[in-house]
Parts: sequence; structure tokens; C-alpha cells
Amino acid sequence: MTNLTNLTDLTAKAAVDAIAAGDLDAAELFTAYREAAAAEDLNAYTWVADQTPDLSAAAALPLRGVPLAVKDLFCTQGVPSQAGSKILEGYRPPYDATVVAQLAAAGTSLLGKTNQDEFAMGSSNENSAYGPVKNPWDHTRVPGGSSGGSAAAVAAGLAPWALGTDTGGSIRQPAALCGIVGLKPTYGSVSRYGMIAFASSLDQAGPFARDVTDAALLYSHMHGRDPRDATSVGRPDADAIALPTGERLDGLRLGVPDDLTGEGVEPGVWTAFEAALETAKGLGATVERVALPHAGYGLNAYYVIAPAEASSNLARFDGVRYGARAEADDLITMYTKTRHDYMGTEVKRRILIGTYALSSGFYDAYYASAQKVRTLIARDFTTAFAGVDLIVTPTSPGVAFPLGAKTEDPLSMYLNDIFTIPISLAGIPALSLPCGLSEGLPVGLQLAGPAFSENRILEAAYALEQAFAFDNTPSAIGGAPS
Amino acid sequence: MIDRTQVLHVARLARLQLTDDEVERMSTELSSILDHIETISELDLSDVAPTAHVVASEGALRADAPRASLDHDVALAQAPDPADDGFRVPSPQA
Amino acid sequence: MSTTTYETVIGLEIHVQLKTATKMFCGCELTFGEPPNTRVCPVCLALPGALPVGNAEAIHLGIMIGHALGCEIAPRMKFDRKQYFYPDSPKGYQISQFDEPLCAGGEIGGVRINRVHLEEDAAKTIHAGASGRIHGSEASVVDFNRGGTPLAEIVTEPDIHSAEQAGEFLRLLRTTLRVLGVSDVNMEEGSLRCDANISIRPAGTTELGTKTELKNMNSFRYIERGIRAEVARQTALLDAGERIVQETLHFDPRTERLTSMRSKEEAQDYRYFPEPDLVPVPVDAAMLDRARAAMPELPAARQARFEADLSLHPDTAKLLAWRSELGDWFEAALAASPDGVSPQTAGPLANWTTNELLTRLGGDVDPATSKVTPAAMAQLVALVTARTVTAGAGKEVLDTLIAEGGDPAQIVEAKGLGAVGGEDTLAPIVAEALAANPDIAERLRGGDMKPMGVIIGHVMKATKGRADGGEVTKLVRAQLGV
Ligand SMILES: [Zn+2]
Repeated sequence: MTNLTNLTDLTAKAAVDAIAAGDLDAAELFTAYREAAAAEDLNAYTWVADQTPDLSAAAALPLRGVPLAVKDLFCTQGVPSQAGSKILEGYRPPYDATVVAQLAAAGTSLLGKTNQDEFAMGSSNENSAYGPVKNPWDHTRVPGGSSGGSAAAVAAGLAPWALGTDTGGSIRQPAALCGIVGLKPTYGSVSRYGMIAFASSLDQAGPFARDVTDAALLYSHMHGRDPRDATSVGRPDADAIALPTGERLDGLRLGVPDDLTGEGVEPGVWTAFEAALETAKGLGATVERVALPHAGYGLNAYYVIAPAEASSNLARFDGVRYGARAEADDLITMYTKTRHDYMGTEVKRRILIGTYALSSGFYDAYYASAQKVRTLIARDFTTAFAGVDLIVTPTSPGVAFPLGAKTEDPLSMYLNDIFTIPISLAGIPALSLPCGLSEGLPVGLQLAGPAFSENRILEAAYALEQAFAFDNTPSAIGGAPS
Repeated sequence: MIDRTQVLHVARLARLQLTDDEVERMSTELSSILDHIETISELDLSDVAPTAHVVASEGALRADAPRASLDHDVALAQAPDPADDGFRVPSPQA
Repeated sequence: MSTTTYETVIGLEIHVQLKTATKMFCGCELTFGEPPNTRVCPVCLALPGALPVGNAEAIHLGIMIGHALGCEIAPRMKFDRKQYFYPDSPKGYQISQFDEPLCAGGEIGGVRINRVHLEEDAAKTIHAGASGRIHGSEASVVDFNRGGTPLAEIVTEPDIHSAEQAGEFLRLLRTTLRVLGVSDVNMEEGSLRCDANISIRPAGTTELGTKTELKNMNSFRYIERGIRAEVARQTALLDAGERIVQETLHFDPRTERLTSMRSKEEAQDYRYFPEPDLVPVPVDAAMLDRARAAMPELPAARQARFEADLSLHPDTAKLLAWRSELGDWFEAALAASPDGVSPQTAGPLANWTTNELLTRLGGDVDPATSKVTPAAMAQLVALVTARTVTAGAGKEVLDTLIAEGGDPAQIVEAKGLGAVGGEDTLAPIVAEALAANPDIAERLRGGDMKPMGVIIGHVMKATKGRADGGEVTKLVRAQLGV
């Protein structure tokens, strides 16, 4: 008998190797995680598999039946897919999202569905209709959002790895706040089919993992052109994802954008960030300043584009074909009451902003202008990447904040994503890597590169990871950090 | 500044019922968010082309070949009010 | 009494369901008569997470329409979302085209085309309540089988000035679309639908009057009657010094009444924006060439060919060319003509087809649905031309063909309808007729040819109409020496 605690300590890659070598039974690993997930007290899961499936076939596949936690935004056939919303309570889709199907085909087994901000709108996971998720490092604090459940589950050892989605930072920010690795891939490299849409031109699925190798391994089975998603392109030919190995950064040019990293960053976060830059230099990298003159307008553009697309994407939740319905005698009241009663405040707020931005007379001032700002921001990055290989910033201006601290002030909540949003608008890849602690809580380092530069990012992150030697075990589950 | 009337107009377009309290609150919150957003107007965007899609892909069309549809029972399985093999909705008239 | 004369100004919007095997944005098959909601999938039911992918064939058919109407084809196929809530629109928006229609400009039948764009059709709402129409219904049931059918919307300039012209234009357009093979163009089944924007203005003025929209008319006759009714209504209003209100009207062909469709009257704000799920597709030379190569001969060209190559009268040529089923039937008959294809064979055949056959079948009937085969018609006309039967007997043969079908020569044989001709047979009968009518013979001899008919009538009676009047006259003249 293997010790269960040890089993869930294994990284996914280590588990894959152990199963392949015959040293570990996939079903035993699944059971260990299933029991841990069923007993969790973070509210990270909204659904956990109630039994261990037959994994004999999966164990012969590349990912060997290793369990996978999946954000509730992904459709999973016959399994509740509620997107953190009351309007989809109990909804069981008749099909699997392409990524979910692809990973199952690669050998992962579905462990559970993870909690999230409703329709992925939020940076703290407090907008879930199924209750907030607690940060494993400090249960009085948020795990970040919107993929808070996935991040918390991986950080707390309740899943070896997990799927998340990132629209403006929803993988990178919770990864940072929970002290794990999160990758937002290049827009279009992973299929969006079956991922419940928030903002179509920004949404992208990506992995959460305990280390860079696992993130690379999971992503290597996620990307690909999907004929069901007209915006998916996969990766360029002969650019498969390799597991990173290098431990040096010789010749790597890192750029720090002055325009982004000015005000609003907590001193502890800034200290950890500067220390990370020193470490990078020690590994042979050079650090220089880069200009992203329009990145400061990213938040403004984002809070037009994302709500506008969301207002349209969420129109299908109308009480007609699926989901909750409020009874009414006439159609309009059925619509308005259903959408009032079963959608949360933040969702309504964004639907209203988006509807306003697209309404007659305001389109040019808001939506068209935001799309132009998007052009300028994408151009800024192209220019910057002519001079540097990667751009680095703190992932989030602060560490995990206390539950309830920002719920009354939407704007201050939005400012959490100031470093992640410009990257989303440009559609380029970025990874958050834990680089140290501030006030006993993890700080994330964000590495961003040009479109399809995931290998370069993963290589650099791997080298830094070895040098940081960050201990990703939450130091004080259930209590205050030491 | 977005006032009560505008909030109600937009809510009607979005088919969202709002209580009086919610209208008040949204009016204040939306105003502050929109004020923030409006700093975009500092930029000269006259010669800038809009970006709708960040990644250029081409020919993302499908051949006109049939694929299996859902079974009827599956299609209606999640309907709040299935009737006569379809999805029943209340009358458009009050 | 009307003191002012008005000019009618009409623009048409025509929706054409395209004849593809599958829907516009999903692979559901477009078959008829299936039980409700059996041709549906996550995409056309707008399930959470589902994404549209454009049907290449629909775009091909759209380009063919553009070519046929002489339009400019856009350099790219770009879709937009048109947002409105209605149960027949499952996403809460219709994927359509807003600022960049696939085709722009063009002209057909003297009417300029404003644009042709592609979109998806709405689902079918079956009103489960009392009256069948929306008003007064208790509830509706939605069937999504035909929801998402590809549609081309053809918008004309306001170049039409009468109900008759509208009818004529629509007939030409329908034939053109039928010949193109892009649609079934069946108004009863809804594969061709027409809305008319109608206004009137004092003759000689140029400013457009307030227009009303006449919607959902399901036959050409109703369209013409509806337009006439609306023009009369507007004229009466203006004559009475009242104003015309911009509104959408429904014409009830049973009562000839126009009613305002109030439910749709609420000011619409469609909040169009570029469809983020669909990347614009370049319309390249290959696509244009493929569409051009697939173009059949269009009505105008066919009419010109009938006039030039077959020397048909312009009216006959137009009738045959603008009613493609008639033209096809005629050309099949011509090809089967025992005397070969020439103006000499085509002329009589065209006349027999458009006059004798159509009169007997009824004006709108497709001869292909009758018992008369094109080959039988060709043989019949050849028999008449060769004077093997007289025109009168030929008509009798045609009556038999229509009633029973069969072979003209055999009918002539069986019914003894062969012409009685030749000097040997006919001369004694003529002599007998003259002998029986000595007064008439006398007058004829005296140069008064008026009573010739009496002799011909006598001969006809004796030969049961199988003699040729011309030949009889010749023989009379010979026998009387005049
Ligand atoms: Zn479908």
C-alpha cells in the first residue's frame, strides 16, 4: 500500500512516469485525489467524481489516467457545467468541450469541476453563485479569479493539475495568488469550443500546475486547430511543445515596461519582483526597460470589449431551451425576471456596461475606440519584442486580499488585472510563476512573449523556477500564514 | 454620467429586470466605470484601424457535409418547459 | 376626390433560403418534414459553449447570386451580430452582415440592387394558442429544425413604382434564382419571402415620403394586392390631410385588410458588432472563379438567344425565358423535333407551347406536370407542319394528349384524324359541295369570294374537319375556273 499523502504530493509528470513504469496504479492515484477533493474545505470544487472510473485503458495513454480538475466553465458531457451561475444550476451538457475531449483522449480522467466567478467575471472568485473559494495559504483571503477553484485545488494538493480559462488574467492572477504556475496560451492555439463564452475575442483555455514542467505537459496536449472553432489556429507547424530542460538564461533579454509598473504595486510585491530580476541576471539574462506607451489604456479598452462581447454571449441565457426560468405570463417578463433572478450582480453590471457600449449612438465612442486601442497595444508589444525576448512584470499588483475587501468597489477589483489585461488584448502568451512571498503570501512573476512563443516562455520559467526554489506548499492551511 | 433613464433603457435592451435599488446602484457604479473608461478619449485614434481578431486565420469555413444532430430527447432534456416536442414559451403579449 | 396625383415608390427586401445540404453555421441536415427538434445540435440550439463555423457552400451560392445580379463582390466575408431577443433567435442575436455585405450594387430587370448579404434564418414558432397569429395566443412552441438555414437577403433600391412592376420584378428574380439553383424559391414553403417598403409622394417631387413596411406576404399575387391596398390607404390619408406613420403592416389577403404589427413596433436597437467567433474569410479569385464557372444561362441571356437563334417573337421569347420551367420544357421539345432545330421548327413549337398548351393547362401550370411529353408535342407540331393533320385536328390530338397522354401519330391513326388531302380524294368532295350549293357556286364564279366559307364548311363537315381550308379554296377556284 502506498501512502496516500505521498501520492498527492507527486507532480503530474512524476505520476505519469510512475504509472508508466508500473510503480503506481492510476486508479489508486485517482481515489486518493477523489477522497481529498470530496473532503476539501476550500469550496474549490462544485462537483467531484463520486467513484473511481476504470482507468485501465486511460493508463495506456500518454497522460496515464492522471486526474484532471476542470473549471466549471468547460462543458463536460453529462456532468454539471454551471459556470458559477445560478442560471445553469444542474445543467448537464450533451457534449464535451474540445479541450476536455482532447485531454481525455490523451489519458486524463475527470476528477471534478472547479468553482469560479460567475461566467468568469471576477478577480476574487467571490462572484460565484456557489460561494467564494478560500485561498489555501490563508482561508480568510481570496484565491484570485476567475479560475479560483482550479488554482486553489492545485495549490492545496486537491488536484495534480487543472484547466482554467483566462480572459483578462483569470489563469495568471489566481495562479499568482495561490503560488502555482498558470499559463495563458496564445489566443487561437487552444480550441474554445465548449468553453462557455465570456468574451470571445479574449477567452483562452490554459493549464494550472504545480510546476512549469506540468504546465508544459498539459498544454502540449491542449493546443490544436479545431474545425468547430473558426478562431482556432493551433500552433504553427513543427512547433510542438517541448518539456523545458535548460537551467540558464544566457543571452535572454528581459524587458520591464515602465508604463505598467509604476503606481499601485504593493511594496512587498515589488521587492519580490526586483529580487526575481536579480535572479534572472544571475542566470545570464539581461534586463532592460521597454516602452508600452498604450498599455496603460488596456484596462479601459478591456472594460469595453469584454463586457460588450459578454452582453451578447450571455443573451442565450433566456430561460427558453435550458437553465433556470422564472415563471411569467408573458414573454418579456419571463426574460427579464429569469435574467434578474438567476444572474449575479457582477454579471448584470457587465451586461449593462456592454449593452450601453454597443447601443445606438455610443458604439464609436466606446466599442470602436476600444478596438483601436487594442490595435495600438498589440503594436506596442510587437515593437517591444523587436528589442527583448520576453516582457516581465509582477502578475498582480498585490498578494491575495481578504475576502470581502474589494466587493463594494468594482473599479478597485478591476485594477487587479492591470498587468495581465494588455497581454490578453494583444492575444499573446504569458505565464505566471511563483517567485517569492510577501507578507507570507505568494507573489507571481509574469513572463510574456510574442504569439506562439510558449516554448521560449516555458524554458525561461523553468530555469527561473529551479533558481527560485519556491516552496509551493501552503504554509498554514486553515490559519494565518506564519 | 449615466442616469436612471439610461440604466433603465439599457436594462430593457438587455432584458434585465432591475429593482429600484439596483437601478440606483448601477447608475452610480456604471458612471464611475464609464468615467474611467472615457480616458480613452485622450488618445488620437483617427488613423488607427480597429482590431476585432488578434490572430489572423484564413479559410475557417466548413464543407457542406451533414453531421449527426442531437437525439430529440437529448435536445429537449434540459428544457424548462417542453411541450409538443418543442420548447414552450409564454405569449409575447401581456 | 383626389386632387393630387402621387408617385408610388417601392423598395423590396427579399429573403431567400439557400439550397445547401446543411445549416449556415452547423452540420445539421436541412431536410423537410422531420419531427420537431430532430435537426438540432449544440450550435443551432445555442447551447453554452457552442460556436458557429460558416458553411462554404452558402458563401459560394451567395457569390453566384452576386454574379447573377451584377453585383460587386466584397473582398472578404465578414459577419456581424444583430442582437434582439425572441424565442426563434436562440443566441439572442442573429449572425448577419452589417457594414460589409457580400454583394453590393447591381441591377436586374431595370431595378437596381442595393446589397445582398448572408445570414441565418430564425427558427419556427408554432403558436399554440387560439388564433394562429401572434395576437391573442396563449403560448408558443419553438421548433429549431429550420433555424439556422442559410439566407440571402436581397435589398433593392426604391426603383419600383407600381404593384405590377413589383410582381414582374419578383417573377424575374425568382426565375433567376431558380435557374441558378441556389434556392427552391417556393413562397408557400417560405424559401422565398418578401417585404415591401412603400411610400408615395406627389408626382414630380423627389423627396421620399414616410414609408411603411409590408411584411410576410407569401405569394406574388398577395404582394401585388397588398401593395395596391397600402398605396390606396396612404393616398387616402394624404388626401385627407393626415400624416403617414412609419410602421410595419401585415396584409390579410382574405379580408384585404392591413393591420399594424405592434409587437415589433418598439424602437429597435440591434447593437450590431463584428462577430468575434468568426474570423473574416477572404473571398479570393478561386472562389469567384468557381462561382462564375457554376453560372448557368440566365433569363435575360436565354431570351436574347431565343430571339437571335430561333427568331422567336420577343414576347414569346420572354415568356419562355422568364418562366424557366416553360423554357426548359420548350427546349426539350425542340430537341426532340423530328425536323431538327431551326427557326422553322422553333416558331410553330413555341406558339403551340405558349398558346395552345398553356391555354389548355392553365397559365401557371408547369407542362412537365402534365401528361404531354415534350417529344409528343414536337411530333404533333411536325405532323401539323407537314399537313399530315390540320391545325384543327392537331388541337384535337392535343386535347387527347392532355387527357390521356400517348403518341400523336397513334392518336391520329386511332381516331382517324389524318388530313383528307390531295386532288384525288378532295376534288370529288369539293365538286359535291359545289353541286349541293349552286347559288354559292354561281356567286363565286362571278368573283364574289365571300361565301367561300360555306363551301369550306361543307367540305369540313364531309371530312370531319380533316381537310385543309387552303387546299379546298384552291380546288374551288380550279373547278370554277376563277
Ligand atoms: Zn445544428
